[in-house]
Amino acid sequence: MPHDHHDHEHDHSHEGLSPSGHPYRADNDTDLSYWQAMEIALRELLIEKGHLTAAQIHAQINAMDSRSPANGARVVARTWVDPEFKAALLADAGAASRAMGFDIGPMHLIALENTKEVHNVVVCTLCSCYPRNLLGLPPDWYKSRAYRSRTVIEPRKVLSEFGLELPEQMQVRVHDSTADMRYIVLPAQPEASLGLTEEELAAWVTRDSMIGVGLPQAPQ
Amino acid sequence: MTEFFGKRWHDMGGDPAGPITPEEHDFALWEKRVDALMVLTSAAGLMTTDSLRRVLEDMGADAYETMTYYERWIASIAQNMVEAGAVTTEELGAKMAEVRARGATYGAAS
Amino acid sequence: MKVRIKSHWPPGHIRTPAYLRGKIGQIERRIGLFNNPEETAYRQTGPQRELVRVRFRMADIWGARAERGEDVIEAEIYAHWLEPV
Repeated sequence: MPHDHHDHEHDHSHEGLSPSGHPYRADNDTDLSYWQAMEIALRELLIEKGHLTAAQIHAQINAMDSRSPANGARVVARTWVDPEFKAALLADAGAASRAMGFDIGPMHLIALENTKEVHNVVVCTLCSCYPRNLLGLPPDWYKSRAYRSRTVIEPRKVLSEFGLELPEQMQVRVHDSTADMRYIVLPAQPEASLGLTEEELAAWVTRDSMIGVGLPQAPQ
Repeated sequence: MTEFFGKRWHDMGGDPAGPITPEEHDFALWEKRVDALMVLTSAAGLMTTDSLRRVLEDMGADAYETMTYYERWIASIAQNMVEAGAVTTEELGAKMAEVRARGATYGAAS
Repeated sequence: MKVRIKSHWPPGHIRTPAYLRGKIGQIERRIGLFNNPEETAYRQTGPQRELVRVRFRMADIWGARAERGEDVIEAEIYAHWLEPV
């Protein structure tokens, strides 16, 4: 991939596949847009003025790359096999996640337990708040007008569009992430997964089940 | 009875909207850099999540429809940095011109 | 404890969604003190404000339009947006 040879911060992680298994966009070959020029200029100015370093930017990109739904899946899987951990998570999800070794920074996390009676779903109607320091960056649809507008008024219809039909006798709880808290849904353990190890169970936990628009599934 | 007496465009809860399309994309390097700039400048005390959002909201609904997520973010971060006195508009103008002169692609201009 | 969200409509950066203003809910839990986004958005710093999670019945927000009246919405609301019922 051709590059100019300025000695700038260069992140090799954009070659090959991303942590989610998708190919990166060949952004380096695209025509420079106004906003991309702004990004380069602002980053270089802030570095020149000593507000940031290239190394910090590189480290932050790597830190965010290491955050993915797989982290949340491990947290959920542990709640399925370890009742004490589950209780600790429900009491203070941030502390319990950190105790598992996840660096979630200053994020305040609340875990929402799905039960036979209650199904939880998370939305940010005002912007795009998401537990990114545990699950990584949110999907585009989560930030869309349609999801932000409709989930608080017709959550069951929204869930059915995601393929999830809930019985009438269950209560749906929609959590609008309006301030400092971030939310992770703890889906219930599927009957078909009983008896599996914690590591095997993590593969059943989908990102969508931790947002609340899906249920855990057997790995493909 | 409640009237929506001054509801702002970004305050979308309950608005009518169409189907949810399951769009996702993996983030380009420049987008990850924008995200990193937000986190690091906030940690440095030059802006906050709240000031990021405030500028995004003040951009208006048109920006939401015509710009991508991280295009709006870099616009907001740039404005925040000017407000913080970390950079000036003059410096940004000059640096952006210098960047563009390096080449026609993101890679060439980097 | 029952609370009503104030029907105030100031300009600027507000984290109390429009669809909840004027609505009545129950305090689900108190979360503690946080910086007031209405101030930090503008580089102002005042005392921290109490943040509260409030639970609302869908029927109390949307009336007849609710899919199921006993479904709920929970949102974090700053205490200065709450008034007693």
